[in-house]
Amino acid sequence: MIDPNPAPTTAAQVVRVSLFRRLLKHPTGLTAMIFLIVIVLSAVLASVLAPRNPDLADINAVLANPSLAHLMGTDSAGRDVFSRLLFAGRFSLAGALLALVVAAVIGVTGGLLAGYYGKWFDAVSSWLTGLLMALPGIVVLLAARAVLGPSMWLSMGIFGVLMSPAFFRLVYASVTAVRNELYVDAARVSGLSDARIIGRHILTVVRAPAIIQAATIGGIAIAIQAGLEFLGLGDTSIPTWGSMLNDGFTNIYTNPLLILWPSLAIGLTCIALTLLANAMRDELERSSSKPKRRRGAARAMVSIEKEPVLVHPEVVTEREFGEELLKVSDLAVGYDQPDGSIKTVVQDVSLVVRRGEVHGLIGESGSGKTQTAWSILRLLPEGGRVVGGSIFFEGTDLAHASEREMTRIRGKKIAYIPQEPMSNLDASFTIGSQLVEPMRVSLGISKAEAKKRALALLAKVGIPNPERTFAAYPHEVSGGMAQRVLIAGAVSCTPDLLIADEPTTALDVTVQAEVLDLLRELQAEFRMGVVLVTHNFGVVADLCDQVSVMRDGRIVETGPVKSIFADPQHPYTRSLFAAILEDGEARGPLVEHAVGSATSVTPTAAPREGASS
Amino acid sequence: MSESLLVVDDVVVEYPIKGFRTPPFRALKGVSLDIRAGETVGLVGESGSGKTTLGRAVLGLAPVTGGAIRYRGSDISHLGRAGRRALSSEIQVVFQDPYTSLNPSMTIGQILSEPLTVRKVSQRDASARVVQLLDQVGLPKGAEDRLPREFSGGQRQRIAIARALALEPRLIVCDEPVSALDLSTQARVLDLFRDIQEETGVAYLFVSHDLAVVRHLSHRVAVMYHGEIVEWGDADQVTARPEHPYTQRLFLAAPVPDPVRQEQRRADRLRLAEQQRELAVQGGAVV
Amino acid sequence: MFTFILRRIVSGAVLLFVISTVAYFLLYLGGGDIARRILGQSATAATVAQKSHELGLDRPLPLQYLSWLGGAVHGDFGSSWFTGEPVATAITSRLAVTLSLVIGATVVSAIIAVVLGVWAATKRGWIDRVVQVVSILGFAIPGFLIALALVLYFAIALKLFQPTGYIDLGTSITGWLSTVTLPIAALSIGSIAGITAQVRGSVIDALRQDYVRTLRSRGLSSRRIVFKHVLRNAGGPALAVLAVQFIGLLGGAVIVEQIFAIPGIGNVSVTATSQGDIPLVMGLVIATAALVVIVNLLIDLLQGWLNPKVRLS
Repeated sequence: MIDPNPAPTTAAQVVRVSLFRRLLKHPTGLTAMIFLIVIVLSAVLASVLAPRNPDLADINAVLANPSLAHLMGTDSAGRDVFSRLLFAGRFSLAGALLALVVAAVIGVTGGLLAGYYGKWFDAVSSWLTGLLMALPGIVVLLAARAVLGPSMWLSMGIFGVLMSPAFFRLVYASVTAVRNELYVDAARVSGLSDARIIGRHILTVVRAPAIIQAATIGGIAIAIQAGLEFLGLGDTSIPTWGSMLNDGFTNIYTNPLLILWPSLAIGLTCIALTLLANAMRDELERSSSKPKRRRGAARAMVSIEKEPVLVHPEVVTEREFGEELLKVSDLAVGYDQPDGSIKTVVQDVSLVVRRGEVHGLIGESGSGKTQTAWSILRLLPEGGRVVGGSIFFEGTDLAHASEREMTRIRGKKIAYIPQEPMSNLDASFTIGSQLVEPMRVSLGISKAEAKKRALALLAKVGIPNPERTFAAYPHEVSGGMAQRVLIAGAVSCTPDLLIADEPTTALDVTVQAEVLDLLRELQAEFRMGVVLVTHNFGVVADLCDQVSVMRDGRIVETGPVKSIFADPQHPYTRSLFAAILEDGEARGPLVEHAVGSATSVTPTAAPREGASS
Repeated sequence: MSESLLVVDDVVVEYPIKGFRTPPFRALKGVSLDIRAGETVGLVGESGSGKTTLGRAVLGLAPVTGGAIRYRGSDISHLGRAGRRALSSEIQVVFQDPYTSLNPSMTIGQILSEPLTVRKVSQRDASARVVQLLDQVGLPKGAEDRLPREFSGGQRQRIAIARALALEPRLIVCDEPVSALDLSTQARVLDLFRDIQEETGVAYLFVSHDLAVVRHLSHRVAVMYHGEIVEWGDADQVTARPEHPYTQRLFLAAPVPDPVRQEQRRADRLRLAEQQRELAVQGGAVV
Repeated sequence: MFTFILRRIVSGAVLLFVISTVAYFLLYLGGGDIARRILGQSATAATVAQKSHELGLDRPLPLQYLSWLGGAVHGDFGSSWFTGEPVATAITSRLAVTLSLVIGATVVSAIIAVVLGVWAATKRGWIDRVVQVVSILGFAIPGFLIALALVLYFAIALKLFQPTGYIDLGTSITGWLSTVTLPIAALSIGSIAGITAQVRGSVIDALRQDYVRTLRSRGLSSRRIVFKHVLRNAGGPALAVLAVQFIGLLGGAVIVEQIFAIPGIGNVSVTATSQGDIPLVMGLVIATAALVVIVNLLIDLLQGWLNPKVRLS
């Protein structure tokens, strides 16, 4: 039972190694990295590589053109440009590095402390960063230069302080996001010390973005340092790329070539740093996007073997249905993959909805029920499309209709009720305007008329004070109210068909019951056909006439609700019914076992009698 | 009282609200219950009822401003960090969301061995324990070298349960541990909870919004509403024949997966709502 | 809304006060023997003391500061030690020039960036990739290198524009245009790149929001949703970047003005800095800080207008 690999690599190593390795496969990332290594090496080895003393002035060879003796020519004092460029790299890079280190040390520590401990430290440091960010860096550097004199190191140190908010904000944002993650709570409950939580759980999250930020900041530091020297405010005793640029600029009319070499050095280094940062970000996003599982995200089907759909025969009910509204035949939905292939997530789905009929689509996550619903509206997420079959609605095949036709049909003929009430309202607009706008567009009515109808609708869906809700912003109403607003919006143009995607899943159970009542009333009143997507058999039992059970993108069993609930045929449907807890036995009171020290078998009376009256 | 593992005694939790002289938000308004060794106490309520807050208060993650939480006789509601650390081998947690409760950049082995290694358990013993834990929660061997994202929701929840079990606690706070899972996965994870309890004698404070889930697993059930416990007692009685008007509403609001009985329940619910409205009107008239 | 504006104004004033205090003490404490620096090493101790007294430097620093602050509140920021010109006039006359550059660059870059960003975000494909690559390069290359390239090519090689100098807007509009086009272009490229990336990102992000699907389901066209709902929601982050870019442009102007020999605030700063003209430097710090505070206030108000949550909190 002993693990053959007793020393697992730490998470830090896993992430770092893989990011570095992946960078090697990223063409721009690799190029940028190689370029930067060359630049750094040439600066470090300047004394070996440089053919001449960079400070040796040759009066006889002032502003010489490139030659074998002077590869890049000479400057206004007759010094060898190539040698100077190499030595200047030392100072320019070291200066940028100093700024970077200062910024990173201050910003990362500050961000970690402020983010993790919060309270007053948080307030003070946030205010300080605001202060630092309120001033253009170069103005502060000029002011510092005015008092402290021309020291490149001092300027870069100060610039590091000025740039520290860039790290601070990044780290602070990541830490506050992570601090409330459940896994940090779990670590705390596991008895980990704060230092360990910060080191193990928080630093790992912050590290990669901080490295990316460092590359960006390094580029800015090189640019600003060159800028200062270029203005002639630098230290004249040391060669830097900026001071070489200054020399070139003063001789721009006599020898424009002089400006080229330092420009290339500065420009290419900055570009390489930015490209490297971008490459790292690309790779990081690619790796972190995988675990994210968004709701309704398309998942490839596993093991699709075509099998016949179990169809329960029609039964006579007291409910009467009208003509066929929607006829979906052999629908297939696919997502384009980066490699050009198509990942199929829904296949061979056929269903019919008649006027006044509620058709439930039930299944577990990834069964394709939401994908089917969205494809009827032709509102699949980016990359998704109908790849086979037809969707006939009132004589039009929606699978092949143009976007224009769909825009005309949506809202007016087919409406949609989403799952999450809050995220489905635009937080920047009032509830009223979000109801009025579609009515004006779809029905072509006046603003006043639309408002009148919107208020009537709000009253109809059971909102106690329609005028107030009309004027409110989405974040000012509760989830249950927001869902009523969305239902009002869906029926505002009296559609024939309603697509409801888990309309009560995000709601509390008492609110769910009320919303189900509302849906039933509206459905009966407008005699709408409804496609109801849900994972809850109770909701199906409450509202649906027909139900189709979906698994892995296919319908496995379909028929009238009563007949399927009474006699499920497909093994999968049966397994779902078996998992339902609603009718199960209660566990019963605690019985004295060999384990535990419990002696009582009857529950104690409610400790606060008053609470239950 | 001495036989109880955990006693929650008139606990108040208040969160300060930003703003000058704004009164704090009272998430719990004097809540009392107790949990015995080896017992599951179910805590039911809707969003905002305070059920999650009570779980967090027991874990030391919510500020207790009144009352006391006693674990085996001693008050743990105001423990410092060191005291909490000592308690971590007694009280553990399984959270709701299987996607955010595991650090995405750590392997399963690291996640499970972390609580052990901080307690100076040798790397070798910790690895052995990890293998044992994975086996206990029904995960395949070799899972320890993989990252959380390689597992499904149900498997992740098993990992979270294994982490909670690592220190062999006597109480696990379970905060909606199955509500993010699919129906069939949910049933299997609940069975796992039950098996582990029967095997180890651990007690659960099981927080859920779903009456059926709580009924399935709990010996006793407390119903929360607006920061208070409104009904508390034997699980079968509370979840099938509730006495408090709110619990009655809650009970009848959940749709039954049977079209015929649901029609009946709907009628019952509307009748109850009517009755309660009339009562409220009468009560209002009297007062 | 009123309290929201008031709170921002007060916090801006406090920020300005803190900056002025910190800057004053650092500038006057860090400078060592200021009179000696002005007069040079050859001056006698007596003349140095005389100069110190003349400039009021022999008083305790807090007193000096209080009298400076008293003057500053009334718009008197002292006089330059070298030219004797009042700091206020020295700065305001040049500030207009710099502002015409910076505001011009802000407007140009905001417009171009919004167009490019929305275009890239909604069309995606190769257009998106080109926009991304160009904006990465634009962001990476330091502004003054772009300025140098523009001078070399358009002014010196093609002789399309004046390489240096400045013609006032009041004197001649075409003259003004011929002198500011290159500097504005040099300043804008970097901020266009920065804002475009942000606009693109937030538009893509906003397009993925659930409410976009719901709005489409109500029969609104994609174009309408992008221009009314998505842009408004993407506006917040874009405005925040615009504020940062404005501060960057103020700094960038200092260098760009040197290249094009434009008599703006950058010009004064460099001279004041190399001479160690502390009152002038102090005035410059205050002027830029005030500008930044005002711009941030405007951006905050715009944010409040765009996003009801900001307004109500």
